[in-house]
Amino acid sequence: MKTKFIVEKIFFGLMIISVILVFAFLGSILITIIRNGWPAMSWDMITQLPGGGFYIGKEGGVLNAIVGSIYIVGASTILGLLISIPIVFFINIYLKNDSKLASITRLSFDVLYGIPSIVYGAFGFTIMIFLGLRTSLLGGIIVITLLIIPIFVRSMDEVARQLPKHLLEASYSLGATRYETIKVAIRQIAPGIATATLLSIGRAIGDAAGVMFTAGFTDSIPTSLDQPAATLPLAIFFQLSSPLPEVRERAYAAALLLTLIVLVLSIVGRMITHRFSKNKIK
Amino acid sequence: MEKGKSVFGHIFKGFNRSSQHDEDISLAEECNRAEDAVIKIENLNIYIRNNHILKNVNLTLHDKKITCIIGPSGCGKTTLLRSINRMIDTTEHLRVEGRVLVSGEDIYDHKAEITHIRKKIGLLSQRPTPLPMSIYDNITYGCRIHGVRSRKVLDATVEKYLKGVNLWEEVKDRLHSPASALSIGQQQRLCLARGLAVEPQFILADESTSALDPISSKHIEDLFAKLRERYGIIMVTHTLRQALRIADYVVFMYMGEVIEQGTAEELFKNPQHELTKQYLSGVFS
Repeated sequence: MKTKFIVEKIFFGLMIISVILVFAFLGSILITIIRNGWPAMSWDMITQLPGGGFYIGKEGGVLNAIVGSIYIVGASTILGLLISIPIVFFINIYLKNDSKLASITRLSFDVLYGIPSIVYGAFGFTIMIFLGLRTSLLGGIIVITLLIIPIFVRSMDEVARQLPKHLLEASYSLGATRYETIKVAIRQIAPGIATATLLSIGRAIGDAAGVMFTAGFTDSIPTSLDQPAATLPLAIFFQLSSPLPEVRERAYAAALLLTLIVLVLSIVGRMITHRFSKNKIK
Repeated sequence: MEKGKSVFGHIFKGFNRSSQHDEDISLAEECNRAEDAVIKIENLNIYIRNNHILKNVNLTLHDKKITCIIGPSGCGKTTLLRSINRMIDTTEHLRVEGRVLVSGEDIYDHKAEITHIRKKIGLLSQRPTPLPMSIYDNITYGCRIHGVRSRKVLDATVEKYLKGVNLWEEVKDRLHSPASALSIGQQQRLCLARGLAVEPQFILADESTSALDPISSKHIEDLFAKLRERYGIIMVTHTLRQALRIADYVVFMYMGEVIEQGTAEELFKNPQHELTKQYLSGVFS
């Protein structure tokens, strides 16, 4: 047999192994949290606030963390989109291809992308001390927004760079301004925006270190921006470090909830993406 | 002129009957079209990264005529075409000297409004470039950005221009489906209709038939022949036969210079310059 066919076979084998590995990771994570978390899963878990002695195994649920996470992720995703979409269009439509500013911007976001969330948390904490603020929902939202903006910008930018030049020209040649042309570009990269949003939500909802110092933790549902807020990752963290097995089980149940939320968001996101890509020009 | 009336006449009839408002619009668009509209290019020099792309071009382009720009690849035909509606502005490291006068107005004057210029001078590119939206929205996109909001007017515009490019019968039942689903020939007609919907005076066509199959290509060519009754058409073409078939005026370019220009009959039957003779007889292409 010729060498090139052997190489072909080896690479095919490697690809299959990689795919199997990924499925194995996902499968084992799911099995672990389902096996450990399912016994503690109950209606109370989703609908109740932690009662007195919840953390030593008495009754209650993690509704505080579910609501807190949704508040923080929802608000920071909206803020993140509002801030990053203009950045993406500025570097891709307003600046020229070989613009220095654009490449500096991209580099900056690459650096920001790589900064661990605990650093964002510590940074946010320092600012809050300086301003005399206490841990609050607002603090959490701001830090998580800062955390996900680089993800938004870089993943949308990759798509926006693929924008066909002729598409922009078609719009310009009808007498459109650059601002009006953005409306055309946004339709073309809509699937990319949806993907970027999913990635950002995934990172935001799973982040524990960023919110630890800034949003804090509480057993109640925040009713205003200056109250502290609980989050699911921290609920998992606190319960998992308990010596009591029934509390640890609840940590797994909370992890299962978190995973389910991400799963549902991903499926909904894919469906929306599919709708948006209907008009896309290949 | 008779031919043009018959093409657009029946469209206008249906159009005018519908309402007073529509009538005002067709009146307004007639007024926009100055009778003596003409493009004059004076001493135009274009440099890109210090390469001298266009060398001292002087040209007059006529309204309601088809002007074909011919010449070998890389001779600056497309650059010349793109300089007429300032689409060349998107090119980096560009330097433009000289003037391009459209109805007496210099489009390279710093006071010139670029969107207004491009509205007046439409561009049909080599490959069809439908916008990522429905067929209906593709046609109305230009009208909307120029301020038309009334649903009735937009509906009428879509019908009028799709009929104008003989696409109406093919798409009237799926106006709201994506434009990208059309065949490439249909897409090119859609792009032409989209360009016409903003009521330009001139249409620039950059080898607009070269990416199409022979039948679609003929469709577009026939449309140009009809549209010359209302618009000035400036087309770059690689096919001499096409220029022979439809050109009123021909401009021959070589290495960034206009070598010869004149009516199609003069230039094809009696070329003056040696290079033109050689190009026409196929010595180079």
